[in-house]
Amino acid sequence: MSGPVLLLAMLAQTLRISVPYALAACGGVCSERSGVVNIALEGILLNGAFFAVVGTHYSGSPYVGLLCAGAGGVATAALHALVTITARADQIVSGLAINILAFGLTRGGLRVLFKSASNSPRIPAPDPAYLDVLPGGRTPLGEVLYDPLFLLTILLLIATLWFLFRTGLGLALRTAGEHPEAAHSAGFSVPRLRWLGVLASGLLAGLGGAWLAFEQHSFTDQMSGGRGYIALAAMIVGKWHPLGAAAACLLFGAAETAQIRLQGSGVPTQFMQMLPFVLTILVLVVWVGRSVAPAAVGKPYDPEHGE
Amino acid sequence: MKTWRLRFALFGIQSLPVVCALCVAALLATLIAILLGVSPGELLTLLASRFGAYAWGQVLFKATFLTFTGLSVALAFSAGLFNIGAEGQAVVGSLACALVGLAAASAPAPVALCLAIGAAFAGGALWGFVPGYLKARFGTHEVINTIMLNFVALAAVNFLVTRYLALPETVRTAEVPAALPRLDSLLPFMHGSAANTSLALALLAVIAAHYFLHHTAAGFALRAVGRGMRQAQVAGIHASRQIVLAFVLSGGIAGLVGTNFVLGYKHYYEDGFSGGIGFLGIAVALLARNEPLAVFPAALLFGFLSQAGLAVNSLLPREVVEILTGVILLVFIATERLRRTWSQGTRGRLAHPGEGRP
Repeated sequence: MSGPVLLLAMLAQTLRISVPYALAACGGVCSERSGVVNIALEGILLNGAFFAVVGTHYSGSPYVGLLCAGAGGVATAALHALVTITARADQIVSGLAINILAFGLTRGGLRVLFKSASNSPRIPAPDPAYLDVLPGGRTPLGEVLYDPLFLLTILLLIATLWFLFRTGLGLALRTAGEHPEAAHSAGFSVPRLRWLGVLASGLLAGLGGAWLAFEQHSFTDQMSGGRGYIALAAMIVGKWHPLGAAAACLLFGAAETAQIRLQGSGVPTQFMQMLPFVLTILVLVVWVGRSVAPAAVGKPYDPEHGE
Repeated sequence: MKTWRLRFALFGIQSLPVVCALCVAALLATLIAILLGVSPGELLTLLASRFGAYAWGQVLFKATFLTFTGLSVALAFSAGLFNIGAEGQAVVGSLACALVGLAAASAPAPVALCLAIGAAFAGGALWGFVPGYLKARFGTHEVINTIMLNFVALAAVNFLVTRYLALPETVRTAEVPAALPRLDSLLPFMHGSAANTSLALALLAVIAAHYFLHHTAAGFALRAVGRGMRQAQVAGIHASRQIVLAFVLSGGIAGLVGTNFVLGYKHYYEDGFSGGIGFLGIAVALLARNEPLAVFPAALLFGFLSQAGLAVNSLLPREVVEILTGVILLVFIATERLRRTWSQGTRGRLAHPGEGRP
């Protein structure tokens, strides 16, 4: 491949890898800004991917699969919200438990529905006819940029940004994560705001799972492969801001692209794999003393005791 | 109300989350079985027929892993620290165990064994030191750091093993001569199970941790930090030192997983053995409410669950175990708050019997 073509192909690959990270990380921002730690992102991605495949397989339409992925993600997030907001239980443990649950559910589902321990049958991905008409629609970059789910991702990123920082409800949601008592005195229900944040994270990360499934044209066991945790890392590196998180996702996506391209060249790829995690640890050390995380994140809201 | 009745009620309230969690899990298992067209009776018969001495041996083998990781998490919890990094610490400890075992191949067997066990602890302790130091020095949150360090450990160990240490065409090291005897060499009826004498080491660690936390000044200081950092500091306890100590000990105990896997079972280090033992350790520590002595029974429970899943695999997908594990945890933590509120009320009435309902 010549230089520019290679560069475009790598750009396309970076975008492809970054989409599920960006969706999940943006979901993480919604949840954590409202005050709920969301380690369940990994499980939501996994369930989203599984439901996308189930929906597509049984309906024949990837768009139905997309809806199912969103619904599956929201349902998984609702469980997290129920346990952490309504029952006011530990948010970290709940997230970990949901990840274990999602792992069992999808693998068990794979066996029951598709009689396989490792992968589902092949499913079609969205392939709109307009790709043939648009300029560059059938190039590697065009296939990403015009992908309906990619466009939806961009739209959802902008919507999240607008919602969180330009609407009254968004301000209330962020207040629920910074200073829940203030949100409460302003007449908002903190639990409802937090439910909203967590459910939004379920929708976003669920769609991220759908992207994973459509990329592979199937569901494979444990296919989220730690991406929920990478999204968590991106959210932190992006300072709990949708744009920052998206930028961090692009960075991690680029590193992963480089890692794939370097495979077999003798350069140890494991160091690229470590990048998101090491960067997160370093970034947290550099930001010491500056309150970047939402102040009340991780603390159950208890109106009687004012925790 | 009579005191013994209150005490009985308190006991009931205290065990409420565990009882609720197990009941919901049992119900769910029955429901899944019925949905998949398996009669629960058939399931129980199969389960009973598969649980011979070998299966119990496997339960003990799995419980050994979970005792180490569960104890690791519980010890950190006692200091108010959430160690999600037991898996990474276990992996680093196991590799260190195998490497020192290999290096000490020519030493007398008992010496080599002790060195390898020490290396397992030291490797885990080293990996535990990192989040402890980061928390004590910079105040960065240990939950995030330990999650991240798990992935760093897995990638780094994978690099070392595949690039330098593995035998050709494998992801494992050469054979370590130092070994802990299998239980079936002492109890022949357990023939074939992987349970080994590292179980004794695990139980020893449980007793040592209990003694340390409840009967030494250092353990008291550690728990004081867990109760409330500011108060401990007022009492003259250096919180940052306790944090590092807690994480070093916690990591070291997780590292001892290597004694079960490397010295007791495989006799070499193999990449990718650890899948989820750190997370299950959190489940164990939670159910044991961070009491070292309760860690082993909780580890047995999850070890049993895992083996039971294998036993009924012909009727039910064994992934039901993960579903049940997740549900047990969720129900447990969701009912914890009820337990706390109710037990406080009952305790209050025990302490002030004359007064009415608080």
